[in-house]
Amino acid sequence: MTIGPVDVDWIVDNLDRIGGLVIEHLYLTGIAMGIGLVISAGLALLVRNRPRWYGPIIGFTGTLYAIPSLALFALLTPLTGIGTVLTAEIALVSYTLLILTRNMVEGLRAVPSEAIEAAQGMGYTATQRLLRVELPLALPIILAGVRIAAVTTIGLVTVTALIGLGGLGYLIVTIGTQRGSFGLTATLTGVVLAVGLAVIADLALQALQRALTPWSRGRMAAA
Amino acid sequence: MQDATGAVVAFEHVTKRYPGADAPAVNDLSLEIPAGEICVLVGPSGCGKTTSMKMVNRLIEPTSGRITIDGEDVMGLPAVELRRRIGYVIQQVGLFPHQTIGENVAVVPGLLRWSRERIRERTDELLELVGLPPGEYRDRYPSELSGGERQRVGVARALAADPPVMLMDEPFGAVDPIRRERLQNEFLRLQQQVRKTIIFVTHDVDEAIKMGDRIAILQRGGILAQYDSPAAILANPASEFVERFVGADRGLKRLSLARVRDLDPIPAITVRAGEDRAEVRRRLDRVDELEYALLVDGEDRPLGWIDQHDLQGSGPIDPEAATPGAPTLEPESTLRDALSTMLGSSVQLGVVVDERGRVVGLVSVDAIGDRLRAPVRGADGELQEVGGDVAAAS
Repeated sequence: MTIGPVDVDWIVDNLDRIGGLVIEHLYLTGIAMGIGLVISAGLALLVRNRPRWYGPIIGFTGTLYAIPSLALFALLTPLTGIGTVLTAEIALVSYTLLILTRNMVEGLRAVPSEAIEAAQGMGYTATQRLLRVELPLALPIILAGVRIAAVTTIGLVTVTALIGLGGLGYLIVTIGTQRGSFGLTATLTGVVLAVGLAVIADLALQALQRALTPWSRGRMAAA
Repeated sequence: MQDATGAVVAFEHVTKRYPGADAPAVNDLSLEIPAGEICVLVGPSGCGKTTSMKMVNRLIEPTSGRITIDGEDVMGLPAVELRRRIGYVIQQVGLFPHQTIGENVAVVPGLLRWSRERIRERTDELLELVGLPPGEYRDRYPSELSGGERQRVGVARALAADPPVMLMDEPFGAVDPIRRERLQNEFLRLQQQVRKTIIFVTHDVDEAIKMGDRIAILQRGGILAQYDSPAAILANPASEFVERFVGADRGLKRLSLARVRDLDPIPAITVRAGEDRAEVRRRLDRVDELEYALLVDGEDRPLGWIDQHDLQGSGPIDPEAATPGAPTLEPESTLRDALSTMLGSSVQLGVVVDERGRVVGLVSVDAIGDRLRAPVRGADGELQEVGGDVAAAS
């Protein structure tokens, strides 16, 4: 059966395979986000203690962000192999760093100085202050960065199809370019699912942000 | 509230020198603050008042000299532990926006690992103490409160672990003058219950005179110009600097030494809407010194003045006829604040009200004038000539 250009029979026949690709897509995205968050947190803490490093760190992560993904895969392949998860992740993680690090640093900087002074004056240790005051107050800005990075990464994972991975990118690029009636169907399926994943991830993170920051929900001072 | 008392805080030859600065920020400061008193550090900017205060909880550490609390050197404890034993209130309050009011008040008890029930009990007790019903306020966020309410939460938070000493850095600096007056009065009432040793920083001489049991006037370079009771400083400025800093209107400022509660209020003739005009007219005629009756609501709170004209004829009193704007005074208000409030209103009588806003009595501008001419007892118990020849005293 076909609906317009879409070969529904092909989709039904390949449901298992499509499901597997969705999982691969989420897996590649999840690893990239996880590692990206850890590295960015480290960089943000470094900047918190040595503000002078902010410029160079943003310069470096900004440069990484500016390299075209295709070029980055070409550069990495001789070093880390074609079609390896390592190659894909090095590139994907690189693209998360600018946004995540910048939002973490800006989030921490936006913490009101009087809250920090009060925390210090009441006897919080430096670690308690970071975890119980600064981090929660920086959360809205940090999570805004996480949302952008997650959506960007979900889009970029499709490009890793060029080195033989790709999650849903495999449908779009690899199968989609094969000759046959199902080529266009595969491409459309991949695109719709990739966009769907990005939208769902964005909404889920937005819901998480609301749940974690009940205090910032558009409240007006009653003054 | 348990009968907590403050501790003696002493500065012994304390100097703070910042690297690179030619002059010290605080220079050989020695003073002793008796337990349970409010000591106000006041002076122009750059006089080292905030630096001096912050050395008590070691947000700033002295270059030399020592500070003791009940004889114990503050450097003898880890800074974090020391700070948990000292209440701290700053101008911008610094409530944590991500925590509820209850959680904010519970910060230090939490750091001290009190049990959950004890923290809950203490939080409610403190919110009650500062006039914020816990049921209504405990679970709200700071952004939902007014500036004055936030300030009260700040005070409750500082009192949470019942510290003997409290540091207050321009605590009422960010609220408008009318609310500031009320917050000051409230705080003085509170202090009568809790009797903490308080180090209070301000740049406002009037606030210093009103709030301080003692005032330390600092001048640029962190030099202590005078340390004495407000009455003694006004009567006897130690130097030209102090005289200039306190201002030319020292005679008028002495009105800040006495409070509304020191005056004998005139009983008010209170009436409620619907009372019979002729009857009220008869009551008013019996009192020579009053030309107005005071219209009050069902809770005895003042609404406005009723004069002879409004009482003509018979029938019930029309509340619409009352002249609104009876200025209210709290017993803790200084006579100076009282005078300025009364002079700003059409009827020059002030209505003294209690904590709930209920009428206690009336005071007149004349009564305050009489007070200016009479001697008052200073904070040290010594009789001070007020309104006399100021120059002769210095």
